[in-house]
Amino acid sequence: MRWHPLEIVFWLCTLLPFVVTPNYLSLASQIAITALFALSLDLILGYAGIVSLGHAAFFGVGAYTAGLLAKHYWSEPLTGLVLAALAAGLVGYATSHIIVRFRHLALIMLTMGFGLLLHEAANSASGLTGGADGLQGFKVPAVLGFRFDMFGRAAYAYSLLILFACFLVARRIVNSPFGLALRGIRENALRMPAIGAPSRAHLRKAYTIAAVMAGIAGAVLTHTTSTVSLETLSFGRSADVLVILILGGAGRLYGGIIGAIIYMVARDQFSGLNPQYWYFWIGLLLVTVVMFLPNGILGGFARFFPRKT
Amino acid sequence: MVAQDIALELPRGARHALIGPNGAGKTTLMNLMTGMLAPDSGRIFLDGAEITRDKPHDRVKKGLARTFQINTLFPQLSALESVALAVLEREGNAHNWWRGLPRFGGAIHEAQGILDSLKIPSRKETRELPYGQQRLLEIALALATRPKVLLLDEPAAGVPKDESAALFDAIDGLSRDLTILFIEHDMDVVFRFASRIIVMVGGRILVQGPPAEIARDERVREVYLGKARLAA
Repeated sequence: MRWHPLEIVFWLCTLLPFVVTPNYLSLASQIAITALFALSLDLILGYAGIVSLGHAAFFGVGAYTAGLLAKHYWSEPLTGLVLAALAAGLVGYATSHIIVRFRHLALIMLTMGFGLLLHEAANSASGLTGGADGLQGFKVPAVLGFRFDMFGRAAYAYSLLILFACFLVARRIVNSPFGLALRGIRENALRMPAIGAPSRAHLRKAYTIAAVMAGIAGAVLTHTTSTVSLETLSFGRSADVLVILILGGAGRLYGGIIGAIIYMVARDQFSGLNPQYWYFWIGLLLVTVVMFLPNGILGGFARFFPRKT
Repeated sequence: MVAQDIALELPRGARHALIGPNGAGKTTLMNLMTGMLAPDSGRIFLDGAEITRDKPHDRVKKGLARTFQINTLFPQLSALESVALAVLEREGNAHNWWRGLPRFGGAIHEAQGILDSLKIPSRKETRELPYGQQRLLEIALALATRPKVLLLDEPAAGVPKDESAALFDAIDGLSRDLTILFIEHDMDVVFRFASRIIVMVGGRILVQGPPAEIARDERVREVYLGKARLAA
């Protein structure tokens, strides 16, 4: 697939924080991590049509796997990433067998149920997870030769690099025959078996890939903050990422990234303005976007550009 | 809707029509044949091999395809994407997630060929196609699976009468090796295209035979005349 010039411009712009807002690099790396998390949700929601309200389960599994590894065994981050991806992928694959049997409301409730189960399991297994206190007291010293410092340069470089790498994979997937099959399932799940498609096998694979990617996002958060909090598994995180993706525009790859930028910057600004009521503004933003731009901010934006074929 | 005591055989290359009043179980029979419904009893064979327990997509792989009475398409995929997807599934390439679609030129070319043969524009999104072309796309999707047996559930449903003849001409032009069973209400069309007619009433096969025989059959007249009498 050829790169659109706007895509190249976009990725060059992601380097701007290093120069333009060097004091906001830790926010920038939070955004990159959230963008990766939203990208992973886009694969199942935007492409395959699986609405999940429990996607934080995989983010949290990745975050805890990386944290436990760094705390008890070794702090080298790349192997941590791989193991976190593996753990999240295993949980994703195991639950996918149930998930793909359901649709609509039942599916939303199931994903939410799995998320809550995992959250409370981590909460009660405080010997392993630290419970409500989370995991602390470990340090990931450096990655790819960058030392993690208080300015967050290495953290942002690392988050951005992993986001970009996963984006390349996601881009391949959505432009492949498998990506077309996922869109087919989203467009008409009833027709798929009638053209010989094993829809459930496709969905299990998509769900597992999305879990792997969410797990990687969680691990990057662990590595860049040297803590794991119970919040990584929370319902709030699952709901936020859904809002982010819908704000940005589902089914467009860049929707989750744009959504993450707007949501996180808005949250940063609004919570500075009024620390107690900032969700009011997020609510207003969501209502406005859904009413006037039903396909998200990117969907509205895309109307001004000819569709690529 | 129920269907019972069904004994039906489709010889290779058949052009059989399935007729009967509304609620006779025609679509139910197709759902049973394609595995979208599970029968309580009885067996289904394709080319001598039993397929009663096969999943719908496995039956398609073995050569049993269908179309739907109500358009069951992919609204936001282009016609070309839709048909190419069916070809890719048949080839076993639809699981491939690491190679770009343009690398599957064979499948895309084949899909284009099917669309050209039915005169369907390929680049427009399905939802933007006129209704008549969407009906043809129903058939194109089924053909892309390279079926041995094709079940057409009211292929001309909702199509104006002058266009439905063209649609059936397209169906008539399909390979003579292809076995076709179609549901149709328009008796002109049925008698023009069917080599054999199966009449269903109340979930059972009332009678089946060549068109001339069916036209003379007292029971069939009863069913249709009875309906006419009710309507009058």
